[in-house]
Amino acid sequence: MQNETTQTELLTQTELLTQTELQARFYVERGDFTLDVAFSIPSCGITALFGRSGSGKTTILRCLAGLEHLDGSQLRLGDEVWQDAERFVPVHQRALGYVFQEASLFPHLSVRGNLLYGYQRVAPAERSVTFDETIALLGLENLLERYPDKLSGGQRQRVSIGRALLTSPRLLLMDEPLAALDDTSKAEILPWLERLHESLSIPVVYVSHSIDEVARLADHMLLLENGRVLAQGPLQEMLTRPDLPLARSGNASTVLNATVVGHDAQHHLSVLECGGERLLVSRQYVSPGQRLRVRVTARDVAIALTPPAGSSVSNCLETQVESISDDPQPSHVLVGLTFGDQKLIARIARHAQEQLKLAPGMSAYALVDIALSCSEASWRTSGTAPKANAQYREQRPGFSLIQ
Amino acid sequence: MLSPQDAGALWVTFKLALISTAILLVLCTPLAWWLAHTRWRGKTLIEALVMLPLVLPPTVLGFYLLILLGPRGWVGGTLESLGFNHLAFSFSGLVIGSMIYSLPFVMQPLTAAFQATSGRMLEVAATLRASPLDRFFSVAMPLARRGFLTAAVLSFAHTLGEFGVIIMLGGNIPGRTQVASIAIYDHVEAMDYASAHTLSLILVVLSFALLVAVYGLNRKFKVVGIGS
Repeated sequence: MQNETTQTELLTQTELLTQTELQARFYVERGDFTLDVAFSIPSCGITALFGRSGSGKTTILRCLAGLEHLDGSQLRLGDEVWQDAERFVPVHQRALGYVFQEASLFPHLSVRGNLLYGYQRVAPAERSVTFDETIALLGLENLLERYPDKLSGGQRQRVSIGRALLTSPRLLLMDEPLAALDDTSKAEILPWLERLHESLSIPVVYVSHSIDEVARLADHMLLLENGRVLAQGPLQEMLTRPDLPLARSGNASTVLNATVVGHDAQHHLSVLECGGERLLVSRQYVSPGQRLRVRVTARDVAIALTPPAGSSVSNCLETQVESISDDPQPSHVLVGLTFGDQKLIARIARHAQEQLKLAPGMSAYALVDIALSCSEASWRTSGTAPKANAQYREQRPGFSLIQ
Repeated sequence: MLSPQDAGALWVTFKLALISTAILLVLCTPLAWWLAHTRWRGKTLIEALVMLPLVLPPTVLGFYLLILLGPRGWVGGTLESLGFNHLAFSFSGLVIGSMIYSLPFVMQPLTAAFQATSGRMLEVAATLRASPLDRFFSVAMPLARRGFLTAAVLSFAHTLGEFGVIIMLGGNIPGRTQVASIAIYDHVEAMDYASAHTLSLILVVLSFALLVAVYGLNRKFKVVGIGS
C-alpha cells in the first residue's frame, strides 16, 4: 500500500505517462549548483541526456545507477522501486549496465576475465543474454585473451560495453562513451553502437555533449540546462523546435528518417524515400529496405517557391512552412518545414524570407544537396516493444556494418 | 663451517621475519584500507602513531616493550595472572616487537596502494553486481598487489636486520631468541671474525636473492598491466 502511494505521488508530481518504463525525480543542492529534475524514459530506444558540461548530465546518470545517493529522490524502473523515501537499492543489486567515459577495464583481468566478471555474478536463471551472442554482437572474438593495455581505445570501449551487457541489464547507462576517444576510434565504434541500438530492447540512457553523436544515435532527448530539464521529447521534434537552443545554434541540423529504395550505380547515388518524397544522397553501401538517418544541416537547406529549373541542387522536397522564427543572428531566420511525417529546418537570410513573403501554412520547396551524412538506423517511437530484458532482437538478413 | 648455534640463530631470524610479516599483512590490510578511505579527522593521529616506530630509536621501542610485556607490565602481568607466561625474553615477545618495529614498512605501501586504486574501478565492479566485500577481494586486492609485495619484502628484510628491539626485549638466548644480527655482534665482540663473516655473507646472499626474486615478480606484474 505504502508503495502504491509513493508511486501515485511520483506520477502526479511529475505528470508522467503511466506507460513509461523509467521514472525518476532527483533533487540536490550543492553549493551554487541545484539539480532538480523529474523525467520519464521510454522503455525502448536510446534517450540522450544532452547539455553542456555542468548541466547535471553525469550526476543524473550516477543517480540512476545508485552511485550517488541523493535524499528526497525517487526512481522506479518498471514495477521495481530503486529509490524512494524509505529505500535505496545499492548499486550492485540493480539490474543495470553502466559504461563509463574511460573504458575502465580491470587491468588485472584479460578481456575474457573482464567480460565474465559481471556475467558470473548474475544468477544463471536471470541471464537473458549469452556470452557468445554478446561477443559476436560486439566483434570481440579475437580479443578475448588480450589484456586491456594491449587494446586500442575503441576496442576497450567495446569490451566495456560487452561487459555491461553481459550482466543482462534492464537499463543501460552510457556516460559519454566516445568522449575519451580520438576521431579514428570514434568512427570505429559508432557502427557498433548503432548495431547495439538495433538489437537491444531495453532503455538506454546516453549522456553526451556532442550533438553529432546524439543526432546519429538517439531516439529521444532530454535537454538539460543548469540542473533542470529544459525540454524532452522525440529527437526530431527536439532538433526542430525553434524555441530550443538546438535549432538556434549555428550548426543546427535535423534528422530525417529515410528508407533506401535503390541505387544509381552510374551516378554513385542512392535513392531514398523520406516522408513521401524522393531523396538522393551519395551512394550508401546498404541494401534496399535499409532504414537510414539522414542529417541535414539547417544552413544547407535553401527554399524556393517554385521548383527551380536549371539548378544544380538534386533534391527538391515539397514542404509546408510550419513556423518562422528569429535566429540568434539578426540577418537570418529559421524556417520550420514539414513534409509527410518529417520535419526540417532551414536557416535562410531574413531578406530572402521577406522577398519570398514566406509565412506559416505556405507551400515551399526545400532544396538540399546530395552530400548528406547518413547512418544506419532503426527508429522507434516511445512505448514500442516494452520488453524489459536485454534479449537481442533477431538481426535483419542482409545487415551490414559498412558505413 | 656454520656452528649449530649460528644455524639456530639463522633459523630463529627467518622464522621471526616470516611469522611477523604474515601476521602484519593480515592485520594491516583492513587498517590500511580504512586509512586510505576514511575522512575521519582523527585519522592523522592514527597515521602518526603508525609511523612512530620509524623515527623512534629501536632501543626506546624495545625498552617500553620490555616493560609492557615483562612480568610486571600491563600485558605480561595480565598474562601471568591468567596463568600464562609473560612475553619478555620469549619468541612470542619477539614477534610482537618485530611487528611493531616493521609496522610502518607494511602500512605505508599498503595505504599508498589502496589510495592509488581509483574509486572508479570499485564503482565499475559495483555496477557489475559485486558486493562491497566481493569488490575488495576481486578488485581492490589484486590492484594493490604490488603494494602487498613491497610491504611483505620490506617487512621481511627489515626484520632480518633487526637488532635494537631484540636485544632489549629478547635477551640473547641461543636457539630461542638469539637472531643472526646479534650472533654476528657476539662473534665480533669475541674477535671471531671468521664466524661473523660466514653469517654475514649468508645474510647478504639471501637478502640479495630475495630482492632479485621480488624485482622479477614485479616485472611480471607490470606486463599484466598494472599502472597502465
